[in-house]
Amino acid sequence: MRSERPPALFVALAAVGVAFFVLPLVGLVSRASWQTALGDLTSPEALTALRLSLVVSLAATALALLLGVPLAWIYARVPFRGRDVIRALTTLPMILPPVVGGVALLFAFGRRGLVGQALDAMFGIRIPFTTAGAILAATFVAMPFLVLTVESGLRSMDRRYEDAARTLGAGRWLVFRRVTLPLIAPSVFAGAVLCWARALGEFGATITFAGNLPGTTQTLPLAVYIALETRPEVAIMLSLVLLGVSLFILIAMRDRYLRGV
Amino acid sequence: MRAPFVIVTAVALLVAACAEPNPTGTPQIKDINVFAAASLTDAFTRVYDEYAKSNARVRFIFNFGSSSTLATQITNGAPADLFASADQANMQKIVDAMLTDGTPTAFATNRLEIAVLPGNPKKISSLADLARSDVILVLAAPTVPAGKYALEALSKTGVSAKPQSQEVDVRAVLNKVSLGEADAGIVYVTDVKSAGGRVTGVAIPEEQQVLARYPIAVVKSSKNAELAHGFMDYVLSPAGQNVLAEFGFSKP
Repeated sequence: MRSERPPALFVALAAVGVAFFVLPLVGLVSRASWQTALGDLTSPEALTALRLSLVVSLAATALALLLGVPLAWIYARVPFRGRDVIRALTTLPMILPPVVGGVALLFAFGRRGLVGQALDAMFGIRIPFTTAGAILAATFVAMPFLVLTVESGLRSMDRRYEDAARTLGAGRWLVFRRVTLPLIAPSVFAGAVLCWARALGEFGATITFAGNLPGTTQTLPLAVYIALETRPEVAIMLSLVLLGVSLFILIAMRDRYLRGV
Repeated sequence: MRAPFVIVTAVALLVAACAEPNPTGTPQIKDINVFAAASLTDAFTRVYDEYAKSNARVRFIFNFGSSSTLATQITNGAPADLFASADQANMQKIVDAMLTDGTPTAFATNRLEIAVLPGNPKKISSLADLARSDVILVLAAPTVPAGKYALEALSKTGVSAKPQSQEVDVRAVLNKVSLGEADAGIVYVTDVKSAGGRVTGVAIPEEQQVLARYPIAVVKSSKNAELAHGFMDYVLSPAGQNVLAEFGFSKP
């Protein structure tokens, strides 16, 4: 990269831009009560939320991998009519307000929803107010990150390796497992980490669709929201946990996302 | 070519949005930020409609939410001019932070009611029924007034009902019932009334009732304290009280 002396105006505006993002974080850190940090983080309400968030975000990532990798493969390899529209629909939650996603999920999987009604009538399965509901909400908002990352990995990989394997007599499944997957492993990993981070931070769809109950659906962000009014010191500590995890992920993946193209 | 145009348009819109709406000659319209308990959503919107008929120069911007959220926002410096809480405790937070202009005044009372699905398919007739295992119960979080009141009513009754969700405010409880996700929720009488036919109300007998008192106060940092006091006086006046009564609120 060629270095260049920046115009003063750019430096000034850029500094304001940086301050805009950094000041809230400093504000959060400045309000933290470090003396009670350990006690706050190990308080029952915090531990319950931490545990549940871990379960929900990991399960959402697993579900996203299961459904998202095949989806990405089809997007990358199979040109079909309406592919762009379908892709747009499945990545919509990246920019859709999560609360809208939550309402939409209710109308699909809620007790009166399109699918939810049948699930309830046939199997007695109800999704809202359950941990499964929180997992669905998290998957809904987070899976697009995985799909897009894996798709771009598939598009940029060298397909001659697959051709070579196939000429050597390998079947499609074997090629996918032994050649394609290892080649796109970095993309799958990056997609999974991004997806996990987004799932961990999910709030709007969860509280709208799954509800808010400690131990069942009250994930970290929900616990932060509720605790802010009664135990702000706990809310701040939990916020710092989320902040730390997010920052760590972005820095760890800087080669992929922070260094431009 | 196109990018600068977009930027210029965006900046122009931003400036227009931020600018004071002050066309030459006409008196300036003042904005009053009213932070009000979620249960006041419909009633206060109507009170304002009535008030605005004779006060065209004031525009009210409502921020409805749980009283505890609003109190937290105000103590952290949110630009509220007026605060109407669904309980004394959250108003007290503002008083303790020395943020009120004058003493808070009670302007209404409210009572609890069980909201159930239209027609009451689960045949819920009392608070005790809420503990039944086939009833999906939703309450407001214990941090918000409606949730606290609901727990009080349940404990008065000696019922240990477990909610499936603790919603962020009473309106969210009402929504979960009107959407059919929950079978029952404990809300205010006024919420059932304003939901129309979307939920059915099951009355809670007197001895299990909890009386919710709503105080209102002008916030000290208000730049339009006089106008805020004006609206507060209107809420307390017979005209304002009549509107509140239409929505099911009782006199303080």
